[in-house]
Amino acid sequence: MCDFPFFSLVCTGEIFELKAELNSDKKEKKKEAVKKVIASMTVGKDVSALFPDVVNCMQTDNLELKKLVYLYLMNYAKSQPDMAIMAVNTFVKDCEDPNPLIRALAVRTMGCIRVDKITEYLCEPLRKCLKDEDPYVRKTAAVCVAKLHDINAQLVEDQGFLDTLKDLISDSNPMVVANAVAALSEIAESHPNSNLLDLNPQTINKLLTALNECTEWGQIFILDCLANYTPRDDRESQSICERVTPRLSHANSAVVLSAVKVLMKFMEMLPKDLDYYGTLLKKLAPPLVTLLSAEPELQYVALRNINLIVQRRPEILKHEMKVFFVKYNDPIYVKLEKLDIMIRLASQANIAQVLAELKEYATEVDVDFVRKAVRAIGRCAIKVEQSAERCVSTLLDLIQTKVNYVVQEAIVVIKDIFRKYPNKYESVIATLCENLDSLDEPEARAAMIWIVGEYAERIDNADELLESFLEGFHDESTQVQLQLLTAIVKLFLKKPTETQELVQQVLSLATQDSDNPDLRDRGYIYWRLLSTDPVAAKEVVLAEKPLISEETDLIEPTLLEELICHIGTLASVYHKPPSAFVEGSRGVQHKRLPGSAGSGESADSPDTGSAAGVSEAPPAVIPSQGDLLGDLLNLDLTPPTTSGPPPAPSSGMQMGAMDLLGGGLDSLVGLLHAAMGAGFGAPPTAMPASFPPPVSGGLDDLFDLGGSVGMPMGAYSPPKSIWLPAMKAKGLEISGTFARRAGVIQMEMTLTNKAMSIMTDFAIQFNRNSFGLAPAGPLQVLTPVGPNQSIEVALPLSTVGPVMKMEPLTNLQVAVKNNIDVFYFSSQYPISMLFVEDGKMERQVFLATWKDIPNDNEAQFQIKDCHLNSDAASSKLQGSNVFTIAKRTVEGQDMLYQSMKLTNGIWVLAELRVQAGNPNYTVMSRLVFVLTCSGANHKDYKTESREV
Amino acid sequence: MIGGLFIYNHKGEVLISRVYRDDIGRNAVDAFRVNVIHARQQVRSPVTNIARTSFFHVKRSNIWLAAVTKQNVNAAMVFEFLYKMCDVMTAYFGKISEENIKNNFVLIYELLDEILDFGYPQNSETGALKTFITQQGIKGQTKEEQSQITSQVTGQIGWRREGIKYRRNELFLDVLESVNLLMSPQGQVLSAHVSGRVVMKSYLSGMPECKFGMNDKIVIDKQGKGGASDEAGKSGKQSIAIDDCTFHQCVRLSKFDSERSISFIPPDGEYELMRYRTTKDIILPFRVIPLVREVGRTKLEVKVVIKSNFKPSLLAQKIEVRIPTPLNTSGVQVICMKGKAKYKASENAIVWKIKRMAGMKESQISAEIELLPTNDKKKWARPPISMNFEVPFAPSGLKVRYLKVFESKLNYSDHDVIKWVRYIGRSGIYETRC
Repeated sequence: MCDFPFFSLVCTGEIFELKAELNSDKKEKKKEAVKKVIASMTVGKDVSALFPDVVNCMQTDNLELKKLVYLYLMNYAKSQPDMAIMAVNTFVKDCEDPNPLIRALAVRTMGCIRVDKITEYLCEPLRKCLKDEDPYVRKTAAVCVAKLHDINAQLVEDQGFLDTLKDLISDSNPMVVANAVAALSEIAESHPNSNLLDLNPQTINKLLTALNECTEWGQIFILDCLANYTPRDDRESQSICERVTPRLSHANSAVVLSAVKVLMKFMEMLPKDLDYYGTLLKKLAPPLVTLLSAEPELQYVALRNINLIVQRRPEILKHEMKVFFVKYNDPIYVKLEKLDIMIRLASQANIAQVLAELKEYATEVDVDFVRKAVRAIGRCAIKVEQSAERCVSTLLDLIQTKVNYVVQEAIVVIKDIFRKYPNKYESVIATLCENLDSLDEPEARAAMIWIVGEYAERIDNADELLESFLEGFHDESTQVQLQLLTAIVKLFLKKPTETQELVQQVLSLATQDSDNPDLRDRGYIYWRLLSTDPVAAKEVVLAEKPLISEETDLIEPTLLEELICHIGTLASVYHKPPSAFVEGSRGVQHKRLPGSAGSGESADSPDTGSAAGVSEAPPAVIPSQGDLLGDLLNLDLTPPTTSGPPPAPSSGMQMGAMDLLGGGLDSLVGLLHAAMGAGFGAPPTAMPASFPPPVSGGLDDLFDLGGSVGMPMGAYSPPKSIWLPAMKAKGLEISGTFARRAGVIQMEMTLTNKAMSIMTDFAIQFNRNSFGLAPAGPLQVLTPVGPNQSIEVALPLSTVGPVMKMEPLTNLQVAVKNNIDVFYFSSQYPISMLFVEDGKMERQVFLATWKDIPNDNEAQFQIKDCHLNSDAASSKLQGSNVFTIAKRTVEGQDMLYQSMKLTNGIWVLAELRVQAGNPNYTVMSRLVFVLTCSGANHKDYKTESREV
Repeated sequence: MIGGLFIYNHKGEVLISRVYRDDIGRNAVDAFRVNVIHARQQVRSPVTNIARTSFFHVKRSNIWLAAVTKQNVNAAMVFEFLYKMCDVMTAYFGKISEENIKNNFVLIYELLDEILDFGYPQNSETGALKTFITQQGIKGQTKEEQSQITSQVTGQIGWRREGIKYRRNELFLDVLESVNLLMSPQGQVLSAHVSGRVVMKSYLSGMPECKFGMNDKIVIDKQGKGGASDEAGKSGKQSIAIDDCTFHQCVRLSKFDSERSISFIPPDGEYELMRYRTTKDIILPFRVIPLVREVGRTKLEVKVVIKSNFKPSLLAQKIEVRIPTPLNTSGVQVICMKGKAKYKASENAIVWKIKRMAGMKESQISAEIELLPTNDKKKWARPPISMNFEVPFAPSGLKVRYLKVFESKLNYSDHDVIKWVRYIGRSGIYETRC
């Protein structure tokens, strides 16, 4: 607590005085003294010196005094662990008190004292309190388990508190249920793969019953927990929705938003032609509108969420435009959010009203708001074609106001309007040119220059205008310089006779006097183009440009899906996945919407339409590349469906698992073994000759035994190899490898530009693959890659993508896009990359499982020429998440029993035999396949694996 | 979950600091002060992320309440909790001010310990809290009393305790509506809605079961179909379409969802039973007709007419019309037929007040505004003319049809309960652009 030494400014005199008072006989005086201590503590003064004296006051029957002392203890126990022990007896005694309030207080406080020695003493009282007859004590004890877990997770597991906590879900008291759910949800978050919150129809039913009875806060805990459940089918989904909808009328906005989250998520599973689906959609709108009459802070949270909902399901609020009109007295943060939503809802039907409003806003005081309003007018023009003309004239009116930032903003958006409707509104150019002098922001200047260059042939004095910019060329920002260069070249190509001098001037400014490589390169390219082949230059520079897309600022669909699962939470306020702002393991799990049931997701549904702009690229920019591209672009849109009759709704992962069961499993085993054996025995000749040898991966690599034992430990990562040769990709060469670093699978790539032009706008997509690998974020290439430059990128991968069995299993098909084209390649990742950190099986479980698997389920093979002893091998393997569970020595032969777990939950158990002096290892492995089906509990599928 | 809760005064000094989670350090207190309270510019968001720590804040007069977390918490819940915290504090010691907080800091710590456990909000109904957080300790209680407290705090009816007795069973219903309007200068309604609240003060013995009925269109239509068509025809006209409503947690929501009936066991004393919103067929009590004319660069002529639009027998009260004036106003002359009008330079507005006004009347004000010549290029934004008033009816048309009380265990019946109903319509944001 006292990390600031200057807070310890309590003068010794004061401390002394307090000490005397604390030891006084009079109760009242004691109490006043403790109050003073707490007051100093609040302000940040260090009063830890009084610890023994304060703790002495603990033995009292005055509850108020007791609470104050507890408060002090919670703050200082950590810094004085030895003295804190003094308090233990009182706690333990209080936990037996006949008054339930005191029992609860003791257990509540004890959980807040983060001292190991005290936590040991906490276990027994806690166990009693969890079974206390009084619900108040039980609900407090339930939270205490979460506290204890935060201090010492292992202890909680060892003591079996988790099971007791699970039992509390069936408690008769609704508040106990709610707190147990809250505690379990939090604990489960830090164990992503444990099946702690084992949600099945029975527990769901219990939760839904408790939902009707508990406090508003309890309802929130339960709803947030429900949102993590995946119903088995659309029937169940509907029945849950029916029982959750009444919550939409709750006075507490958080209850309403959490209910909305559950409904939005479960709705995905309902067939769209169902009557109930339509009813539900209608029911969602009014409560969302009502949220806007809450206090401004809540309005803000609601608006950020509505922004997401509108992107996912525009139909819900399409008739509610008016409620998003900005009120004069709204706080600025509410105004800005409302504006965003207005633009999203703008359509031909309401555009007149929207425009009238936006025009009104453009005269307000707040600069940010006004700018956004002006920009919004431009976006309306681009979105609703019929309104473009009105928007342009509104913008011209605004330009007439001569308010500096309004004019600049207007010019920027008019440029975009030109890009959407070329050759339509040139008549306004004259007005724009009048304001040339007032532009002082780079973006506005660049926009204006672009317009002049683009329409140079229609502007009589285009050369003069551009020349005027040229005077202060070196003081301009890069974007203005680049734009100016291009504009003058355009002008020259259009009017070659009068502008030769000008173009010479700008080319020399760009190439000789500038030290910006981008500018210089662009200058050289133009120069060479112009000097070698002016006709080609014309074709290149004046080529027809693709139109800009209608919707901008859309959240990328996978992120949107994830955020929908986080409605109401901070993630939905920031519009960022939790992993972006939460530390540690919490929140790293990516949530996804369940797959939709019927195949009713037709191509023309609004969802698909708006999502077609996947990734950062507007659709028009990417030339159509046939089916594969379509497939890749649709990766996130169509849920994996099997071809059979009514596809069972299930998450992508489970689907994949089914698939694998069907036939993939054998090859998985094969692969493991092939990989294990390959390095030393079989040469990698089986690889297609057209590609450079892909990174073959597996255990043999892990052993990579030429390396000395002294090598730093860590997950194995094969050396980089070339995935995409420059010849096949218009100059882009990609080499790379996969690695697992700190629990995150990474694709590490070197992008080399072997072409003459700058490459920008990189994006990456994966095809469906066996383990659901997908990029966890966009490709982080921030700077353009110049010719002969190469750049290192590490792309974190998640394993929650769609699943499809590949041949071979670890094959990954990748598409990389840049400003030039889209390229495809495939590579293979080492299977060891998929071994997760918690792949260490309990010894007992291991033994039981090992025995359980019939002998014919095993595969055996040998690794040759391995000169490590068993211990070194074991620690080396550990670095790659292959865990040694036990070791046994029989007749000079070391037998290592190992376990590893794949990201999709498949366990592999192995026995490694090492004979001293014999460089050949024998590996015998057995496979356990754990498949979680909703509804049923775990089933272990033991599958036969053949010897390779 | 919530990692910590801080209360600051306007200078940024900490008055209350309670940390619930280990990941929140003392420096979080300072981070918020430096980055938000002492920040130069206006607050741009009620949620601030500083070094991976998120701060939620609300302000009550000049007191800042901030909740801190490092997790992905339910943001709506945190704000609801902060409001609730304010309600609880107000119920205990009145206005939230620096002085009151300093005087009651022990009580506040005690409350914070009770209503937030490890950052999870617990029961926060003042009715229940007051039974055991009293600042007097709970020594004198018998065992029965203790278990009664705990069962109430955790029970299904956490908002009401057993064994309440009144000699006179009485209840008061207030239908409070605020009517919101945004009108164009031409008199076109850009948006209008009524947000209403039904506030109940109940002084009833025992655990009474109540049923509340109003002229909700859906209910009336349903009844009309089922039985007396005669009555439906009569009341059909008067029924109103409610866009949406939310209820106090005492109302059985599933019953409302299935039968649209509002049944509940009320808390004792005053509370808000429901909130609702309507947008159709709103009675707009006043119409404002503005006329602004710019005469040259240094003079403005303003004429505003207000018309009252309700039964002549009713009286509107506390009428106030606020006409904004430009920043460079140098002098104003006002003439009005009724009430008093004044130019308030500090507020940049002409404020016209009328004490009372009957329905179907009309009144007018005209003003000449002199302007100082400026070279400010920016045009005056012309903020809308706003209005305040209070009328003795519900602009939405809502009518209370019944409120039945059943208490089977005690011997009083619905007829013995004295019931009072009152309707008040107030202006919310009632603006006309000019």
